[in-house]
Amino acid sequence: MEKVEKEPLLSAKNKKLLKNPLGIDNPITVQVLGICSALAVTVKMKPAIVMAISVTIVVALSNMIIASMRKSIPGRIRIIVQLVVIATLVIIVDQFLKAFAFDVSKQLSVFVGLIITNCILMGRLEAFAMANDPWPSFLDGIGNGAGYGMILLIVSFFRELLGSGSVFGYPVMEKLGFYNFGYEDNGMMILPPMALITVGLIIWYQRSRNKSLIENK
Amino acid sequence: MNFLLKKMKKIEPLFEKGGRFEKLHSVYDGFATFLFVSDKVTTKGSHIRDYMDMKRTMTVVLIALMPALLFGCYNIGLQHTRAFGINDWTLLQMFWFGFLKLLPMIIVSYLTGLGIEFIAAQIRGHEINEGYLVTGMLIPLIMPIDVPLWMVAISVAFAVILGKEVFGGTGMNILNPALTARAFLFFSYPGWMTGDKVWIEGLAKNGALDGFSGATPLALAKLDGFAQMPSPMDMFIGTIPGSVGETSTVAILIGAFILLVTGVGSWRIMLSMTLGALGLGLLLNATGGNEYTQIPAYYHLIMGGFAFGTVFMATDPVTAAQTNTGKFIYGALTGIMVVVIRVFNPAYPEGTMLAILLMNVMAPLIDHYVVNANIRRRLKRVRTA
Repeated sequence: MEKVEKEPLLSAKNKKLLKNPLGIDNPITVQVLGICSALAVTVKMKPAIVMAISVTIVVALSNMIIASMRKSIPGRIRIIVQLVVIATLVIIVDQFLKAFAFDVSKQLSVFVGLIITNCILMGRLEAFAMANDPWPSFLDGIGNGAGYGMILLIVSFFRELLGSGSVFGYPVMEKLGFYNFGYEDNGMMILPPMALITVGLIIWYQRSRNKSLIENK
Repeated sequence: MNFLLKKMKKIEPLFEKGGRFEKLHSVYDGFATFLFVSDKVTTKGSHIRDYMDMKRTMTVVLIALMPALLFGCYNIGLQHTRAFGINDWTLLQMFWFGFLKLLPMIIVSYLTGLGIEFIAAQIRGHEINEGYLVTGMLIPLIMPIDVPLWMVAISVAFAVILGKEVFGGTGMNILNPALTARAFLFFSYPGWMTGDKVWIEGLAKNGALDGFSGATPLALAKLDGFAQMPSPMDMFIGTIPGSVGETSTVAILIGAFILLVTGVGSWRIMLSMTLGALGLGLLLNATGGNEYTQIPAYYHLIMGGFAFGTVFMATDPVTAAQTNTGKFIYGALTGIMVVVIRVFNPAYPEGTMLAILLMNVMAPLIDHYVVNANIRRRLKRVRTA
């Protein structure tokens, strides 16, 4: 333990860890991780935001824990160790939700438990936490959780607005009187394929704004 | 015409590079080639000149669609008189009534679709092409007559942007755009696309006479067994409720004849698709199972959208398989899927749309294997020789 932390807590490098996942290194639209839950929990905004917070907490803490243990984990069994850490945190989050937000917990059903298999977690642990110190790893976790949550919120905003005519449960379309003109909610928005198409549209938009993201053929 | 040609030539420089309306070049080009034969001469290499360009192909398909369209107009009026007990309408009155009901839908479909195509061509700097001419006519023909116009516009926008333009425009799309539009409506607003009220003009709003059912033959078969269905002759001629252009097998067969004689439609796909559906239908008749398996096999060919889908949708040269062997496989599997969805899936009485979309996705895979098999066979021949 000769290495001494000299850089400030939020150095330029660390700030990047927080900022990049929101834009050019977004876990969903660029790394294409965590698509499965992005399709499943984005019908309404409330479950989506709870899911985003849960994932952020789990990925940040597990990143930090694994990063601090990384030198003593034998390479062969590292996946199992990572899973134990993630599973522990997920169970804590799950129990917490059941205790304090039972309705949302019921809506999210198995998907809280399935955070364990969320690709973002294993992806970040393998790609970042296994090779970096706890503090940058923690920031990386927060950044990726936020990037994930951002996409979840955008997708669920459109799905709830167009599919159920409301935002955060508030019946916008009804209050604006759209239904009187013969407007109807779009049933396909509630089905998972439309989430995939919405994510695709976001990716399209992002890449048309930032050409450096387009892969060379 | 000469006057018009002179006028067009006169304003042409405005749209050339450096001209005032340079950005609108593709719009000018679209109109100019629509009105006149291109006077561009190739300078290098030998070329085959053929009259069969895309505009001609599309025009032939449009002509082939006319019988179904005309009968559709008549049938809208006919079903309306039946539902509301009107007895004194002449044939022409029924036709006119249907025509006036259908016209707004056609206009909305063309305005939205062509508008998006024009914009997309401007952004990309492409020429405007005729890809939408047929799609724009197909879409009203596969919708129930009572669908609100704004829904038509949304589904057209969805199909043209996400079904076609994101893949690179006409000729690059994976899914048939017209069916994409219908599938979008089908899943988005099921209340307007299924049931026994939507197929007849005004039925959902006003209600019908007692004891009158506006259900399609397929829905009747699902509800009450096939004994309740209209007679095969009615279904063949097409005096039944259904989407605008799909009801009359006769009118569609006339269209098929035009497509086959001009060589625009693929006989391989039409034949194999019919045989596929007929074959599985006969097999199910023989084996039994649930009640729908007892529907006579030939019913599958004359009810619902099967005939329309076979002649105008599955044969779409862009989304179908490209190789000749592949076309047989593609057609047969589509026919089989239609019957599978109709008979074994209680949620959907009709399966043509979903079957064709599914096989659209599979078509490149089929081609891949056909081409590879051909390469392997020829390699073997080279090695043994």
